[in-house]
Amino acid sequence: MNIRIKFCKYGAMKFIGHLDMMRYFQKAIRRAGIDIAYSGGYSPHQIMSFASPLGVGMTSGGEYFDIEAHTSRSSRESLDALNRVMSEGVEALEYKRLPDAAKPAMSLVAAADYLAYGSGIQALLPRLLEFYGQERILVTKQTKKQEARIDLKPLTYRMEAAGWETGAVARELAAGRLGDLAEADRTRPAGLFLRTCAGSSDNVKPGLLLEAFCRFCGVEYDPMAFRVHRLEVYARSEEIPVKGETERAAYQKHLEEKKEAYVRAGKPFPEFFTLGELGEEIA
Amino acid sequence: MGKLALSDEILLKIEKPARYIGNEYNMARKDPAKVAIRFAMCFPDVYEIGMSHLGIQILYDMFNKREDVYCERVYSPWHDLHEIMKERNIPLFTLETQSPVRDMDFLGVTIQYEMCYTNILQILDLSGIPFLAKERGEDVPIVIGGGPCAYNPEPLADFFDLFYIGEGETRYGELFGLYRSIRKAGGGRKEFLRAACRIPGIYVPSLYEVSYKEDGTIASFAPKYEDVPAVVRKEAEMDVTGAPYPEKPLVPFLKVTQDRVVLEVMRGCIRGCRFCQAGMIYRPLRERGVDVLKRRAKAMLESTGHEEISLSSLSSSDYSGLEELLESLMEFKEKGVNISLPSLRIDAFSLDVMGKVQDVRKSSLTFAPEAGTQRLRDVINKGLTEEDILHGAGLAFEGGWQKVKLYFMLGLPTETKEDREEIPRLADRIARRYYEIPKDKRNGKCQITISTSFFVPKPFTPFQWAPMCPKEEYLARAKDVNLEMKAQLNHKSLKYNWHEADVTVLEGVFARGDRRLGKVLLAAYRKGCMFDAWTEQFDNGKWMEAFRECGVSIDFYNLRARDLDEILPWDFIDCGVSKEFLKKEWGRAQNAEVTPNCREKCAGCGAMRLKGGVCLEHKD
Repeated sequence: MNIRIKFCKYGAMKFIGHLDMMRYFQKAIRRAGIDIAYSGGYSPHQIMSFASPLGVGMTSGGEYFDIEAHTSRSSRESLDALNRVMSEGVEALEYKRLPDAAKPAMSLVAAADYLAYGSGIQALLPRLLEFYGQERILVTKQTKKQEARIDLKPLTYRMEAAGWETGAVARELAAGRLGDLAEADRTRPAGLFLRTCAGSSDNVKPGLLLEAFCRFCGVEYDPMAFRVHRLEVYARSEEIPVKGETERAAYQKHLEEKKEAYVRAGKPFPEFFTLGELGEEIA
Repeated sequence: MGKLALSDEILLKIEKPARYIGNEYNMARKDPAKVAIRFAMCFPDVYEIGMSHLGIQILYDMFNKREDVYCERVYSPWHDLHEIMKERNIPLFTLETQSPVRDMDFLGVTIQYEMCYTNILQILDLSGIPFLAKERGEDVPIVIGGGPCAYNPEPLADFFDLFYIGEGETRYGELFGLYRSIRKAGGGRKEFLRAACRIPGIYVPSLYEVSYKEDGTIASFAPKYEDVPAVVRKEAEMDVTGAPYPEKPLVPFLKVTQDRVVLEVMRGCIRGCRFCQAGMIYRPLRERGVDVLKRRAKAMLESTGHEEISLSSLSSSDYSGLEELLESLMEFKEKGVNISLPSLRIDAFSLDVMGKVQDVRKSSLTFAPEAGTQRLRDVINKGLTEEDILHGAGLAFEGGWQKVKLYFMLGLPTETKEDREEIPRLADRIARRYYEIPKDKRNGKCQITISTSFFVPKPFTPFQWAPMCPKEEYLARAKDVNLEMKAQLNHKSLKYNWHEADVTVLEGVFARGDRRLGKVLLAAYRKGCMFDAWTEQFDNGKWMEAFRECGVSIDFYNLRARDLDEILPWDFIDCGVSKEFLKKEWGRAQNAEVTPNCREKCAGCGAMRLKGGVCLEHKD
């Protein structure tokens, strides 16, 4: 069966790189006694794939990876088992079963939410509307081979000052995952909320946007003046997250019903679903 | 979560910040305010190397099981961080609580190889602890050295307050008790050291005086006071089965050298190879009970989540419970656990096991004949014969293997050109054995890799009196091997690796050196020598300058044949094996006389006085 696990990463754990996080979870899964499936061969490895790498230095309240398991205890029991064997600064938050034909999280990633905060942010906020109101936000992106000019505007879905009471910010703050923000001045915004395009094709790193913002304000960009916390990772709500003809049709039907429910409740249908919403609790 | 010693800005600038943050799974957490003794345990090399060391894991676990001690870890900051710490005056810190090493009661350093000596000076330097033990006051930790290099501690005598000679399991309890009682009574460093020297295994270098003859050899080595023991006896844990062992070892975030569960199956070795220090100083061979090991393997795999387990010991094939143990480990294969085998004697049993746990096409067989001819193998008392090798290789080739690694040493006592040229010839005969297999039954070519290292005589071995060669001579000897290899029929299936000889020369000096080398070490460190075990960091030019400026002759230590009555710098240590036995073995070596292993016939080495292990087998 396929399982999607959501976790958070904060504190000193932000210095652990993506590959080491994968190794960390391989060992943690074994410690927790999760009945994970292995590939064959002389050096079998766990069937596990991560949604979206998080850069070194960033913290997160919404990371995902998928595993394949032979059997599973309930979501609650599995979460407890995982959280008994975590290092300080990592917690398993969700453990959900996916349809057998589920596409891997990695292929679904479409957007991510971030909170940017730290000493450099307040100087930028007064010009937020002006900056985000631009028709185009052109930046030069250095790739392995060449420099490319890209426009970040269409890839930046939301950009706004984050209040202290905003759901995600308040939640992360209460959980102690926002480091030194807890001591910041509460009369000013907590930071900058960003929703950007994510995934394999047009991944927008928050640093790139912050750099453009600094340049726009005539401030020198100092990466150390910003902390970035990923809040959530999303799939497009219209994307069918399963493979196979019958499975796709079944999901399509499920999606239509969901849309109707939104209409009945008088709410707009969201553009994105969190990666976790695509799974179900195991009772 | 506690605050880190380094700022985000620094951590994000340097290579692998995970080396410096601690927080690994199974890390010991205590309130430093609630313990009587804070101990910083150091492996003076980079994190990935240091974290792979079993001895530290054993002591870390053992110390932290005590309520009165908090043992934390320290490794060598890599160059990038070293420079930042020097520039900004950031004191070296422990990983657990990120506190300055200087605030600890003890700094324990494991000394595993000679080429880490300058790294020890780096640790002292960055910690803000005076280099010289005699210049230390009450405000800095007591600096303890241990590990194999402590069997000749003299080149490091200036820098350590005390050395612990032997296995750590036995005397730390006493040492901690003494420290607490002296502290309680208002005593300081001096009182502690003076009292500690009477604990067996403890050597306090400042309490001994050395004088030298005109020719530079030692005239006398004696305690300064009557109550200081003249001989320091090594400590050995005689109940290895019951001794503490970390069942919840630390699980690093970074991929370290030993990224697996390590199960130590025994200590010591019965073989008596005359070049091997470990084979002498860890005598007698002591096996851990197989039932305990089986239980421990399971517990450690569960507590770490590691996907690999390996066995650790010298000459693992001599472990009497090996078959039973490996059979039980096979059960873990189904749970995705890899079994990484130690180098085993190649026979039907080991090939069967190897075939089960590794991909035969990719894995290689390892033989360590150490010398090319039977005569020289007899000189070094290496039991392996050419027949053993050809037979084992033949069995393996028929089982589908095609890669063989061969390890040799150059510069062994009595070695001739003939001995060197036999090395590639032996490799060629192995290749010929491979090509005897019908073409349709083999997988293409075989690959025989020959590696040679240069022999460095070590204290407490029968070869401790042997002269070394000048650097140029070593390289010429490697050339002999290389030229002869090219003349072999199957030279296209052979590959030869050898190293530069600069490091060998330094290892030789420090392995058998004395107190007068302390100033060379300090001079080399001040010139920037550090991480000398890392080829790309090693700077021989600076070392040569340091020797020149200090007026210390390398040749005195390396090229001189030592007289049998000479007082050697390490003679004050009793390592279990007697000097008489070593002399006898040195004599037998000259005549290429083989000495049987401990299980065949007791050779009377002296380790019997420790009353245990193989010495008492079949004697109850």
